Amino acid sequence: MTEHKKSARLFPHIVLWFAIIIILFPLYFVFVASTRTSADILSAPMPMYPGPHLIRNYGQALLEGTKNLGASAFTMMKNSFIMAMGISSGKIIVSLLAAFAIVFFNFPGRKFCFWAIFITLMLPVEVRIMPTYKVISDLGMLNSYAGLILPMIVSATAVFLFRQFFLSVPREITEASQIDGATSMQFFRSILVPMTRTPVAAMFVIQFIYGWNQYLWPLLITTKVEYYTLLIGINRMLSGADVQIEWQIVMATTLLALIPPVLVVVIMQKQFVAGMTDTEK
Amino acid sequence: MAKQYEFSSKGLPYLLVLPQMVIVFLFFFWPSAQAIWQSFFLQDPFGGKVIFVGFENYTKLFTDPDYWASFRVSTSFAISVAFSSMTIALFIAVQANKKIKYDSFYKTMMIWPYAVATMVAGVLWLFMFNPNVGIIAWILKYKLGVEWSHLLKSDQAFLLLTLAASWKQISYNFVFFLAGLQSVPLPLVEAAAIDGAGPVKRFWTIIFPLLSPTSFYLLVMNLVYGFFETFPIVHQVTAGGPGKATQILVYKVRRDGVINLDLGSSSAQSVILMFMVISLTIFQFRFIERRVTY
Amino acid sequence: MKRIALLAMIALVVVGAYAQTTVEFWHAMTGKNGEMVQALADKFNASQKDYKVQPVYKGSYSDTMNAGIAAFRAGQAPAIIQVYEVGTATMMAAKGAVKPVYQLMAENNEKFDPKVYIPTITSYYSTSDGKMLSLPFNSSTAVMYFNKDAFKKAGLDPEKAPTTWPEFFAVAQKLKDSGMEGGFTTNWISWIQLENFSAWHNIPFGTRNNGFDGLDTQLVYNSPLVLKHFETIYDLSKKGVFIYGGRENKANPLFISGKVGMHFESIGGYGNMKANAKFNFGVARLPYYPDVPGAPQNSIIGGASLWVFNGKSKAEYKAVADFFSFISETGMQAYWHQNTGYVPITTAAYELTKSQGFYNSNPGHEVAIRQLLNKAPTGNSMGIRFGNFNIIREIEDQTWEDILAGKISVKDGLDKMVREGNKTLRDFERLHK
Repeated sequence: MTEHKKSARLFPHIVLWFAIIIILFPLYFVFVASTRTSADILSAPMPMYPGPHLIRNYGQALLEGTKNLGASAFTMMKNSFIMAMGISSGKIIVSLLAAFAIVFFNFPGRKFCFWAIFITLMLPVEVRIMPTYKVISDLGMLNSYAGLILPMIVSATAVFLFRQFFLSVPREITEASQIDGATSMQFFRSILVPMTRTPVAAMFVIQFIYGWNQYLWPLLITTKVEYYTLLIGINRMLSGADVQIEWQIVMATTLLALIPPVLVVVIMQKQFVAGMTDTEK
Repeated sequence: MAKQYEFSSKGLPYLLVLPQMVIVFLFFFWPSAQAIWQSFFLQDPFGGKVIFVGFENYTKLFTDPDYWASFRVSTSFAISVAFSSMTIALFIAVQANKKIKYDSFYKTMMIWPYAVATMVAGVLWLFMFNPNVGIIAWILKYKLGVEWSHLLKSDQAFLLLTLAASWKQISYNFVFFLAGLQSVPLPLVEAAAIDGAGPVKRFWTIIFPLLSPTSFYLLVMNLVYGFFETFPIVHQVTAGGPGKATQILVYKVRRDGVINLDLGSSSAQSVILMFMVISLTIFQFRFIERRVTY
Repeated sequence: MKRIALLAMIALVVVGAYAQTTVEFWHAMTGKNGEMVQALADKFNASQKDYKVQPVYKGSYSDTMNAGIAAFRAGQAPAIIQVYEVGTATMMAAKGAVKPVYQLMAENNEKFDPKVYIPTITSYYSTSDGKMLSLPFNSSTAVMYFNKDAFKKAGLDPEKAPTTWPEFFAVAQKLKDSGMEGGFTTNWISWIQLENFSAWHNIPFGTRNNGFDGLDTQLVYNSPLVLKHFETIYDLSKKGVFIYGGRENKANPLFISGKVGMHFESIGGYGNMKANAKFNFGVARLPYYPDVPGAPQNSIIGGASLWVFNGKSKAEYKAVADFFSFISETGMQAYWHQNTGYVPITTAAYELTKSQGFYNSNPGHEVAIRQLLNKAPTGNSMGIRFGNFNIIREIEDQTWEDILAGKISVKDGLDKMVREGNKTLRDFERLHK
């Protein structure tokens, strides 16, 4: 660009490396802890380089979990994955349909629907979590994937994003499909949805991470170990009564909980960045 | 914005919005209405005994100095998280926006913490600063002579929470600032350079003003984050201590409701929080989101 | 081989056809203790074929209780739930929600004699006229742990733990002088240094026999003795002899890592110490102030008991009653006690364990039991029963931190704990009158 001095060229690299180190720092120690024994960790200071128990700890975490958790990281990962996929795809489908109705139809109650969805932006989870539990249990959905997923799949953000996108679809395309004699649902399926690929991909990344990282809700409704997600597992491992925390296993599980969403972000970085800046701005 | 073509059908649009509306009512409106209803009662946790108390749960909160203290802590926490994570993110984004080698690698490295759950961020930082087993706490104490005890020193507890919460939030801000910087028209900057403006001056006089919509949006989002989404961090790291020094509002609301089983007060606190989110959202839309045309 | 497989299949079909009643048992035990809960259930399930008890781990004590309450309100309560001691008054006050154990046992004609239980343990969970409301399950008490290697290094006798507080403080100072980072720390400031401290010195923690006789009770522990005790600890914290390690049981690493030489913790934490400490350590009774008449009295328990929810079917109650009788048997109690470190709830199980010679290799466990049995419990040492007790403990934790940080004087801090605690007691009384 405009500067040519060597120091000026180096400066951004130094800053960025510094930032990267700070950002990776906590992760390094988690990794070190996950390769050591509980006694190593408790006799502070823990050595600052990895120990020899990597395979044993991760093996235990993946296949067994801590002694009485009764859920292996493998099972919990499966649950986290089902929950994240369910929430993200559920949100996308429900929102696509709603946005389609709101943009392409004029019906009494349209404004009402729009505002009803809009207002959900303003109801923090804390406000509704206890009564929601009652609703789910009345529906007989405690301990089911449906119970984990359904209350989380309303997304005003997704409806807005799709609505905005639909509004920008050239009117001519819609009219042309009308002239060809396509019904509204045919138009939706074969023209509109394929056009919406990019925003859908973006939404998917954001909502997958949102779903994977759900904490308060599964904390309340998972009463059987078969439905524990990774974050709940970590919480449970940290909170047993009168027992020593098996830090090395907790740390291994923490890393395992981190990897999938990080991979999704890294792999789908482009869609993710585009999605974030489109939806929320 | 131009009006979209409209299909005509009587039943279909209702069918299409039905799933969304069912979920909205079942899981949003009904529970929220219940929270409002419960805020007017004293209740034993099992629901066996219920006493109507009118606004007592609210008046008790507003006359409780602890509640105001909690309000103040939440505010200063949200502000410090917003301030530190935004300035750091902006600074890094400016560097990453320069046309340098490996810039895509750098960007990826900056973005991934977005995927870390807030709760996990809390666990990570607590593990480093735990006065008993934490490596940083140990270095501070034995190598640098700084007594680290966030269990008793409220300023340290506050600092630790701010670090953990900001650490996670930097990537979010980074993404937006970078997008904002990339949309700054280059000719404008180059013209200023030709006029002899140095990089710092160019940033403050040209780039920064162009970023102000982004910054304003981020400010609101960061405040919301600091205020409402940091519960898991506080829960893991300080549990509101030492004393009540880091008991932020969302922590108190869950603590009173779930651990202390005071449903009435907890509901009243939820309702107050709900009003705060509503006003923040309205504020945001009044000032920046004019695109909502309905 | 084939025949065995066939037999197994027939057996499976027969068992499967049998109408078995399953009851859920929600608990908060992890690690070794959790395995033992499962083992008890397995043994019970194997002992008969009409009933099945299914343990479900629900997280921390408060998670478990909260999940139970939410489930009860939604009509989905488990039959059995483990509730920690601070939830006792809340459960007792929830009259429509729980089925008292004495009533359950009577209805199911299980022979049930509250007298076989160790009095300090059962009294904690009984009405003042002796009716047992919940079944004591994992009971522990607070004891002192000391680092024998550190004692040696400081020139102290490693087989002789200090017995009085003045001796204790002197030893703590010596440990610090010998090069340790500090002398001592403690877990559970409220349970150990206030509740057990009061019982051990036979002074009231609250009025109305520590809340056993009614909801109109008041906290009164801001007495000169407690004030002296806390002021001493505060002064020692200024000198670095006492080190604060956090709420609940978060101070353990200070002791395990050898930073301090003495520590107060539940006997339930013994296994953990054993697994992680890289030095020899001993367990001793809580110290006392020798100038207090009647001290030492007896210590009180902590831990949790099993509550039974209302609204279950006859068959389910029969299952629960059978299970309760089963786990109260001497053999089962001794098994539980020896494997978890929690104290046995019957005198017979204690005698059995003693005769098996268990205490010769595990002297620490006997220290705890003998401390509980030291004297017949008085109104000050039967236990603690206050509504909203977790809020009270939270106030105590918070104020104790403010005291140590120098934000409030020891005297004002204690007065504040009592004043604010009494406020929450009045709230509870109002709701449950």
